[in-house]
Amino acid sequence: MENIQILLAEGKQAAEQATSAQDLDQVRVQYLGKKGHLTQLLKGLGALSAEERPQAGAKINEAKQALQDVLNARRTSLEAAALDAKLAEETIDVTLPGRGQSLGGLHPVTKTLQRIEEFFARIGYSVAEGPEIEDDYHNFEALNIPSHHPARAMHDTFYFNANTLLRTHTSGVQVRTMETQQPPIRIICPGRVYRCDYDQTHSPMFHQVEGLIVDKDISFADLKGTLEQFLREFFEEDVKVRFRPSYFPFTEPSIEVDIDRGDGKWMEVLGCGIVHPKVFESSNIDPEQYTGFAFGMGVERLAMLRYGVNDLRLFFENDLRFLGQFN
Amino acid sequence: MKFSEKWLRELVDPATDTQGIADQITMAGLEVDEIIPVAGQFSGVVVGEILSAGPHPNADKLQVCQVTDGSETFQIVCGAPNARGGLKTAFAKVGAVLGAADGSSFKIKKAKLRQVESFGMLCADDELGISDNHAGIMELAEDAPVGTDLREYLGLDDAIIDVDLTPNRGDCLSIAGLAREVGVLNKAPVNYVDVEFVVPTIEDTLPITLEDPEGCPRYQGRIIRGVDMTAKTPLWMVEKLRRCGIRSIDPVVDVTNYVLLELGQPMHAFDLAKLSGGIVVRKAKPAEKLTLLDGNEVTLTENTLVIADNDNAVAMAGIFGGEATGVTAESKDIFLECAYFNPINIAGRARSYGLHTDASHRYERGVDWQLQRKATERATQLLLDIVGGEVGPVVEAVSEEHLPTATTVTLRQSKVNQVLAFEMPALEIEEILTRLGMTVERSADGEWSVAVPSYRFDISIEVDLIEELARVYGYNNLPVKVPTAELNMIANDESKVTLNRVRAQLVGRGYQEAITYSFIEKGLAAQFDDKHEAKALANPISAEMAVMRTSIWPGLTKALQYNQNRQQARVRLFETGQRFLPEGDQLIQENVVAGLICGPRQSEGWSADNTPVDYYDLKGDVESLLALGGCADQFSFVAERHVALHPGQSAAIQRNGKTVGFMGALHPELVKSLGLAGPVFLFEIVQSELLDGGLPRFSSLSKFPESRRDLALLVNESVAFEELRAVALQHGGEYLQAVTLFDVYQGKGVEPGQKSIALGLTWQHPSRTLNDEEINEVIDFVVSALKNEFGATLRV
Repeated sequence: MENIQILLAEGKQAAEQATSAQDLDQVRVQYLGKKGHLTQLLKGLGALSAEERPQAGAKINEAKQALQDVLNARRTSLEAAALDAKLAEETIDVTLPGRGQSLGGLHPVTKTLQRIEEFFARIGYSVAEGPEIEDDYHNFEALNIPSHHPARAMHDTFYFNANTLLRTHTSGVQVRTMETQQPPIRIICPGRVYRCDYDQTHSPMFHQVEGLIVDKDISFADLKGTLEQFLREFFEEDVKVRFRPSYFPFTEPSIEVDIDRGDGKWMEVLGCGIVHPKVFESSNIDPEQYTGFAFGMGVERLAMLRYGVNDLRLFFENDLRFLGQFN
Repeated sequence: MKFSEKWLRELVDPATDTQGIADQITMAGLEVDEIIPVAGQFSGVVVGEILSAGPHPNADKLQVCQVTDGSETFQIVCGAPNARGGLKTAFAKVGAVLGAADGSSFKIKKAKLRQVESFGMLCADDELGISDNHAGIMELAEDAPVGTDLREYLGLDDAIIDVDLTPNRGDCLSIAGLAREVGVLNKAPVNYVDVEFVVPTIEDTLPITLEDPEGCPRYQGRIIRGVDMTAKTPLWMVEKLRRCGIRSIDPVVDVTNYVLLELGQPMHAFDLAKLSGGIVVRKAKPAEKLTLLDGNEVTLTENTLVIADNDNAVAMAGIFGGEATGVTAESKDIFLECAYFNPINIAGRARSYGLHTDASHRYERGVDWQLQRKATERATQLLLDIVGGEVGPVVEAVSEEHLPTATTVTLRQSKVNQVLAFEMPALEIEEILTRLGMTVERSADGEWSVAVPSYRFDISIEVDLIEELARVYGYNNLPVKVPTAELNMIANDESKVTLNRVRAQLVGRGYQEAITYSFIEKGLAAQFDDKHEAKALANPISAEMAVMRTSIWPGLTKALQYNQNRQQARVRLFETGQRFLPEGDQLIQENVVAGLICGPRQSEGWSADNTPVDYYDLKGDVESLLALGGCADQFSFVAERHVALHPGQSAAIQRNGKTVGFMGALHPELVKSLGLAGPVFLFEIVQSELLDGGLPRFSSLSKFPESRRDLALLVNESVAFEELRAVALQHGGEYLQAVTLFDVYQGKGVEPGQKSIALGLTWQHPSRTLNDEEINEVIDFVVSALKNEFGATLRV
């Protein structure tokens, strides 16, 4: 019976030395197969007495199990090594650039517009749009700018004929909205506008966002609060804001808003005011019952301040090296 | 408007410095653009007189001058060509400190120039920061007091303040008006100039007829005989005019300009001898001509108000005088004009002639209609002081009914409170309005009747007064809050795709958004669109920006050109915006989305697909947009020609049979003529068709397996896949789920003119498994239909 321990030791050693699944299988057949060395021992049990037989059988089975465990462990370790080797072979340069379409990007004017729209949409403003080729009435007359008004000179208008023009601001959309809708009104009107002026700081086409709120008891204080908040959120800075009297025919009082971003310089960023009663009258809104404020801002100007762009003309050259900087 | 701070301070002198005044008026709505010192920083410069100027022994261009400061004589070496005996000029003595243009300063020392000693320096304008003039040393008046400090003599401790006035504040286009505003802001008294009426010494008058009393309700005139045109305008007046941006011309014109600046009343002087008969204020006659003071002849339009004598128009009313009747050095007798013109009759007229004058600028905005007599008397007084003469009586023609009426506005405390969200104390309201020159009377409880002065054309309703209150009180001192509003839901149509989603899709597919001008060159527009005559601007900025685009393609193509010229080989651009389609007498302004691709399929890379893009690259992008709304099956692509596209690679994009866009390869001729590296592919789709989608609708899923059969067909190469697909779908039976295309082949094994098309057909029954017999039956049906329709044969 001392044979058992010797066979087991030999078997274990053979298992440990096996370097492949095949080798391992050979060892298994050699010791544990039908004609395997340990299996053979079971056949010799018949020569033992009835008292000795169970004890000897148990010992053989123990040895078989012990070898099986070693074989299993070795198999697992060989499999793991094989997998490791395979994985090592499959190693790639993970720093190579990825495949497929590269990402494009939005124009900085669109980015800025979307941002502005979102701030106002979150407090209940809807977006309204209108035609860019506009009639004199909606661009001027209805906004209290009759044909002889000196303010028309400030607008440098592109005309098609006496009555048709390229809108000089998106305020016409406000008029169109008020013609069809009764208060409360909260809209913003983004879009292209046109002025007949072209140099380093003027583009004949640019973008504006105008806003309008009409309700009962809308006051100068509401205007100040709304625009102060907007400017601070837009720039994500605690900018200093000041309100300066100005003049627009369609608002009274009229205001220009300047900001100081910490360098002690005031920069004009938007115009606004309390809606002029005549504008309400031309849209059939009762100025005794309702008040409102309107504001307008140049999108390129805000984008320039926000992103540090120093030349207005870059926005319309569509140079990919410029556009790509905003992706 | 530019004005001299010193002049302002003669009227009102608040205890604040130049910047302080500028800030104050800016914050009151009179925006200061710039503050310009009248002269640079310098000291120790006096009025000197050159006693003699002789040649320099060692230099041709230098002179040796003997200069006195009134008490001593100094030898000065000077290079100015105008240095001469008897000239009074700016003399910087040894020890004087001059400022340099860069802000630094230097001290004048004794010097030797080419071996001759010089004790100081004679100065030109630019060396003192007075102007850019460096033509020679300053030429001071003959009566300049020698030895006086130059700063004091010329009053150079002054600043020019340039204020950008909004069109409503015509009342501030004068020193008096600005002083009134500064007085209000500082609660300081204003010393307006005292005007005494001049007693006439002769009785000569000219008759005045108002033929257009609406345009000119008041016209005053006065004859002054025997003026001395050799007299010189006094230095103080020349300097004040200069600092307000007006050049001295002659004493008569200078006086009228001075009154314009001082009081805001434009005036004009005629040479009496050149006027024929009396003055008639009327509209211009058809094709009437007038030569203006600047020598240009204009043909007047009939809505132009003119001043005429008995024969001709002699001035454009309120805008510009005529040359023929202007005052000259030879004039002896003058006729002084002072009028009130209705702003509506002046507004826009100057601009229509390409003119803009100090007079038209004021009349357009409104001149105080009660100011004329005062201005006439003020001008007379100044003229008598300078050019002398005998003064006739003032003749006035007036049409009271056409003069503006005094405005009275009711102001309610409740409205003030509502608009400003702040209860402004009644006393403060009354006080502010009174300081502004209004007459305020309490008409009821919490209500005032406010009489507006004749110079405030901008105040006619209650909110105008509220603006004045807010302005003077200070916008930044008023309260701040945010609006309160009802929290109503805003409609959100689920079937709509947002434009931002479309943009994001294109960005995800590698497109860069562009924004191109809406106006383009006419010829370019025609090259891209032969169906519409692009709408032309009446006053374009240039030929490149002359007509409104009927497509975004020209703009995107120009952007491609711009980038290719900058070594960008791979370009993918899109733009959203309006196009302008004239259709009959209608104009359709339509939002579209357009895109352009050119260059390699992918950015250069180690494993990138560097083949140039083709039609199907673009089509994939377009299809991905069409799919956003969930209605992809409503769209189809139909081969159709387009003037800008390759005739064999051009498709109309249709939705339920209606064309909603186009796509294809840019026509090779255009690629060539625009100097592009092609091929270039373009699409343009009406935005609303991309944004109008549908709601998803559930249909139940079959539990039974699907069956697929593949067909390899040979057809004529002109047969379109969509046609095959349609026939297959039509004949494939009720349970045919999908027809997919998995191969298209031409080449070896396929006869020229033929192509091989491989289709995969999938069937599925909702409630049972389809058996082979059923499938075989229906597929035979499909094959024979394809054979009948297209002559398709099965490839073996």
